[in-house]
Amino acid sequence: MGRYVGTSVKRREDPRFIQGKGRYVANLSLPGMTHVAVKRSPYAHARIRGIDASAALEMEGVLRVFTGQDFKDGGCGSLPCGWLVPDTQVPDRPIVVIDRVRHVGDSVAVVVAENPYVAADAIEAIDVDYEPLPVTVDARGATDEDAVQVHEEIEGNVSYTWGLGDEEACRKAFAEADEVVELELVNQRLIPTAMEPRAAAAQWDAAAEEMTVWTTSQNPHPIRLLLSAFTLGIPESRLRVISPDVGGGFGSKIFHYPEEVIVPWVAREIGRPAKWVATRTESQQTDSHGRDHVSVARLAMKSDGTFTGLDVETWANQGAYLSTFAPLIPTALYITLLSGNYRIPGIYGKVYGTLTHTVPVDAYRGAGRPEAAYLVERLVDLAAARLGRDPLDLRRQNLIPKEDFPYQTPVAFLYDSGDYEKLMGTAAERADYAGMRAAQKQARAAGGLRGVGVVCCIEASGPAPSAVAGSLGSAVGFWESGEIRVHPTGQVSVFTGSHSHGQGHETTFAQVVAEELGVPIESVEVVHGDTGRVNFGMGTYGSRSACVGGSSLVRSAEKVRAKVLRIGAHLLEAAEEDVVYDQDEGRVHVKGAPDRGKAFGEIAFAAYTAHNLPEGMEPGLNFVSFYDPSNFTFPASSHICEVDICPETYEVGIRRYVAVDDVGKVINPMIVEGQIQGGVVQGVGQALTEAGVYSDDGDFMTPTLLEYAPPRADLLPGIEVDRIETPSPHNPLGVKGAGEMGTIAATAVVANAVLDALAPLGVTHVDMPLTPERIRNAVEAARGA
Amino acid sequence: MFPASFDYHSASSVAEAIEMLQKLPDAQLVAGGHSLIPAMKLRAAQPANVVDIARIPGLDGIERDGDDLVIGALATHAAVADSAAVQGACPGLAEAAAAIGDIQVRNRGTIGGSLAHADPGADYPATMLAFGAEITAVGPGGERTVAAADFFVDLFQTVLDEADVITSVRIPAAAGTAYLKHPHPASSYAVVGAAARIAVSGGEVTACALGIGGVAGKAVLADAAASALIGGAASDERIAAASARIGEALDEPLGDLYASGAFRVHLAGVYGKRALQIAATRAAG
Ligand SMILES: Cc1cc2nc3c(=O)[nH]c(=O)nc-3n(C[C@H](O)[C@H](O)[C@H](O)COP(=O)(O)OP(=O)(O)OC[C@H]3O[C@@H](n4cnc5c(N)ncnc54)[C@H](O)[C@@H]3O)c2cc1C
Repeated sequence: MGRYVGTSVKRREDPRFIQGKGRYVANLSLPGMTHVAVKRSPYAHARIRGIDASAALEMEGVLRVFTGQDFKDGGCGSLPCGWLVPDTQVPDRPIVVIDRVRHVGDSVAVVVAENPYVAADAIEAIDVDYEPLPVTVDARGATDEDAVQVHEEIEGNVSYTWGLGDEEACRKAFAEADEVVELELVNQRLIPTAMEPRAAAAQWDAAAEEMTVWTTSQNPHPIRLLLSAFTLGIPESRLRVISPDVGGGFGSKIFHYPEEVIVPWVAREIGRPAKWVATRTESQQTDSHGRDHVSVARLAMKSDGTFTGLDVETWANQGAYLSTFAPLIPTALYITLLSGNYRIPGIYGKVYGTLTHTVPVDAYRGAGRPEAAYLVERLVDLAAARLGRDPLDLRRQNLIPKEDFPYQTPVAFLYDSGDYEKLMGTAAERADYAGMRAAQKQARAAGGLRGVGVVCCIEASGPAPSAVAGSLGSAVGFWESGEIRVHPTGQVSVFTGSHSHGQGHETTFAQVVAEELGVPIESVEVVHGDTGRVNFGMGTYGSRSACVGGSSLVRSAEKVRAKVLRIGAHLLEAAEEDVVYDQDEGRVHVKGAPDRGKAFGEIAFAAYTAHNLPEGMEPGLNFVSFYDPSNFTFPASSHICEVDICPETYEVGIRRYVAVDDVGKVINPMIVEGQIQGGVVQGVGQALTEAGVYSDDGDFMTPTLLEYAPPRADLLPGIEVDRIETPSPHNPLGVKGAGEMGTIAATAVVANAVLDALAPLGVTHVDMPLTPERIRNAVEAARGA
Repeated sequence: MFPASFDYHSASSVAEAIEMLQKLPDAQLVAGGHSLIPAMKLRAAQPANVVDIARIPGLDGIERDGDDLVIGALATHAAVADSAAVQGACPGLAEAAAAIGDIQVRNRGTIGGSLAHADPGADYPATMLAFGAEITAVGPGGERTVAAADFFVDLFQTVLDEADVITSVRIPAAAGTAYLKHPHPASSYAVVGAAARIAVSGGEVTACALGIGGVAGKAVLADAAASALIGGAASDERIAAASARIGEALDEPLGDLYASGAFRVHLAGVYGKRALQIAATRAAG
């Protein structure tokens, strides 16, 4: 532990959030600002015969109404997809549709008005003549022979097919297996539900021909790139994208959305600033959703419990169009994780990316990895039941041993470091696993439905390196930029290309830089989220910020230190070898003579006065690094959960939840614990309460928070968090991602606990969310069987 | 979420509110606003005029009047839940109020608004039926008092006329009352709410009523179950046997994505039984 790194520095951003002083896009008020609203389709699939906006245009305060043709004629390009696996067929996704809607909420027309109330009235007054058409909504059903085509040119509604693994070894494992367990499951669709709905605002400076766009994005630079190169066509040099405070994203704010194009286009077209803020229903209807898989999976093993093969076939619902990173999620972030924390020699996974009349599906916290963990961990429990083994014991037998790292899985990944046995052992100890099992026996004897779930999970965080991502289908790189600008007074501004929307970068990145430079944290300011101030960067997702963004800052700090050392030695009239950089004090001094030194601030000032610098040295103290990691990092976890199910109502109550995670070195334990806790709650939400639902007719059944149930505090007791640290060898901080591990493990462990409770009743599977009625139906079915 | 355009009026007395309701076209009262305003934001309700009664003085009292509790229409759910008078005279009513929504909702929402709105998932209606409440309203024709059993007509429908204002609710004190609910995981409204009232004398149940909310279009009394319990001990066995008849009152259950009608009937049986057990214990104590 250093002076700052490894300590729970309080979050520096919290005072402004707690006092309601956050600056969100919706708070923005520009002189002459107009308000944009989007007319959206109530149909999942329909032809547009005509749009009559005359009544809307007559309303006082309505300025303009635009339709799809206007945007097309006005130079707007279609939304691109930024990750293409081989032979992906990409459906055209216009900013505003022209003649056909393909999901409830698809954009049909745009109103510009003097205030948001009038804009909402005008939306109601626009008359659209729809010819409703038949629909297809189901991930696997979309590939049925008689399924309705979502896009004529994409036959069978399969946008891509992707397979990975050793097919031969897999076949052999099943041929030679003593036991095989099989599972068919639905990983249900989730709605990300960020606290702050999406929003965009824009201002066109006609004189300078410059556009400023404010948007609720996790990655403003890639959005600027896409706006410039694909959708809006304004050169990047004249386009500034700002993501100010953003109230949560969970992946849903990575992607490039139509409104980010509509708003600046409108602002330039009418010559006034414009703003659009999603309603909660618009968010639920149009934010890219998560998960939505149907899978068939089999695990092969020897009679002694040794896992030998895993075979997975998955239909991943991609929705009506391919969202920005959609094909990445069920391919290189899912199939690649099927080895879990285990040695399984023969793995093969295949996925079909299918198109349906639903909102696009893309990354949502965990993104592919929770789907993999849920599938693997359910299979392992089924295997334990088949063999009559304790689930923890069977896991231990198959864990990748510590000595085997780095470990090459059969599904492409090279796991960096880990100690899974210690991880699970710590969880078992913290939870008193043996005691839980003993108590379970007693509870069962008394007629209770007590369940204990245990999981071991793996995550791949910080996608990397860029060249590999490119070979897997990425259109962008996955490096990060970090700049350290030391001002003449010794104050430090840090510019990071990653973006904070709840993660606490303003604190952790300041900790890293203050530690590296040996300056007080108070003199370090962190700037992010503004393409006008920050070097090109890739943003925040995939639990990458600390590993990649933090590392780029370490690299820049090394450069600052080297220059400070040289200037310091010069000022002290000493040779460079004879001075040291004291990181605790932020001073350069002569070796063995601490009083013969120069403070960081003095040296910074000297760098800018440039009166007395080493021969040939440029003035200034300003460094930027672009860090491209050599590999993902591989955080791991072992969670244990104890539940009681009421035998009368089948309500699930979580009695205890123990989360032990290995996210490598920890910069700020409090923030990491917060990330784990938040992640766990989200994962429990998928297990117990959440489901984004379309009816068979494509109606969207969960448009508000009256129907859609994100988890609440009362769903969980206190979460007991602990950790072990195996540093990642792939980055200078030794850190691994911390943002998604909780989500990945929690869904699986709660499902395992619930099914463990139901095991004596003969229930082996219930699709999530595990609501009382679904559980009761499964129990009744098992009784009847 | 932006409501359609409307005009706002604040009434300073019940009489003025009634006058406004009669005079202004398409006018609707607003009290706590926690049912009306969400509906307006979704544009499910689009009144042209909104008459605010929240500032009318003297309508938010909670008092013990002899053997009854009298609660003003503007008493908030939080005030009812926290009232020592309510907790003492009718614990089941305090429980119902405390089970509504979340703290913000309870701090704004009123008992009058809840009853007038008659949401099938609301918590109060089942208690009103089971605890034998009377609801007093004033309209253009003067004041009238309606028994809860006659007050609720159907989903979102009561016997109130357009210009009626609920002023108070009268509930007989009863120690043997209890309320339990299974909240919807998203909305927190009752998927099932069970309000039980039991009186015991000489070891025998002398009176019993069980109201079930959340299951049908309006709250109902499970009469068969309640009468089955009268005339014997309030033992667990007798309560279980009586509860098996709760479903008889629920022949038209409603379902949603979360819970089908059939499952709600099942839950009603369990929650009704448990509410009866608690009410019985309280009645005996
Ligand atoms: C997030 C949320 C969760 C909720 N959860 C629950 C829950 O779990 N259980 C539950 O029971 N309720 C719940 N509610 C509803 C809440 O209890 C409302 O406050 C209540 O239903 C209406 O009371 P109000 O004073 O807010 O009425 P308002 O919204 O002001 O009015 C509702 C209706 O009643 C009429 N009205 C109001 N006062 C009178 C009066 N004195 N006389 C005649 N008509 C009148 C109005 O004209 C309107 O039609 C929830 C609400 C929200 C927003």
